[in-house]
Amino acid sequence: MSNQPLFWIFALLTCGGAVGVVISQNIVRMAFSLIVSLGSTAGLFFLLEADFVGATQLLVYVGGTLVLLIFGVMLTASGPFQQIRVSPGETFLGAAVGLLLLSVIAFTVIDVEWDTLNAARTEASPGAESGNTARAIGLRLVGIPADHEIGVHEGRGGRTGYLLPFEIVSIHLLVVLVGAAYLARAKRRVADGSTGGEN
Amino acid sequence: METPLAYYLFVGAVLFVSGIVCMATKRNGIAVLMGVELVLNGANVNFVAFAHYTPLGLDGQIVSLFVIVLAAAEAAVALAIALNFYNNHQTIDVDRGDKLRG
Repeated sequence: MSNQPLFWIFALLTCGGAVGVVISQNIVRMAFSLIVSLGSTAGLFFLLEADFVGATQLLVYVGGTLVLLIFGVMLTASGPFQQIRVSPGETFLGAAVGLLLLSVIAFTVIDVEWDTLNAARTEASPGAESGNTARAIGLRLVGIPADHEIGVHEGRGGRTGYLLPFEIVSIHLLVVLVGAAYLARAKRRVADGSTGGEN
Repeated sequence: METPLAYYLFVGAVLFVSGIVCMATKRNGIAVLMGVELVLNGANVNFVAFAHYTPLGLDGQIVSLFVIVLAAAEAAVALAIALNFYNNHQTIDVDRGDKLRG
């Protein structure tokens, strides 16, 4: 299994897109960098054999959320003389704090021995390497362990599924979208002379 | 030779830090939203990587699915608020949103 070059391509695209979002000043270029970053993250998910999550990432994130963001960019476009700029001092401070935080996380990641976890994985579920996780995720949502996991988790008692969180998230998404449509409904008040005042 | 887990964690860390810096330094409201998306995406990378490399199994992938759906909901509400803000202030600069100060 030599997916190392693919990993490097997707990892570089992901990190480059994320850094491009930070350092770009143009909001449209930021949106494009975000598309590159999130799409490459879907590639990383495919490399991790999480094909359903990768497909969901492409469909929901890149196809839905980013289109929503780009509509936001379009609807709130400021004029050519209204550049929102950040002062150089703030940029330097942000970069310094970001590099500090990144070094903290990176040293933490380097210091931990992850190989023990890896060994535990290989002896716990030897057949989990299959990919094709859509059916297994569906079974897990209703609380049924997938085929290769029967007998693995016996010590943990009855594992409940994720049906209740799934329903809560579904209703939450519905309510939130209805609320968003209500909040963003068209109520154009032309600012005639005065600056709008209270509302 | 399989890719080590630490590499994926490092990618997640870069996404997270980029999102934090984006949230903290940008003055455009939509850009702040993009920072939030980056942070959530970095968390997702970690969830899926741990689901692959540890005995967690599919639980990490399911949590990442929840994160994706909640991120979509959050983006919808935040964009509605941003549109209202733009309608009221004629700008999207978050430094101008100081009407609620005590």
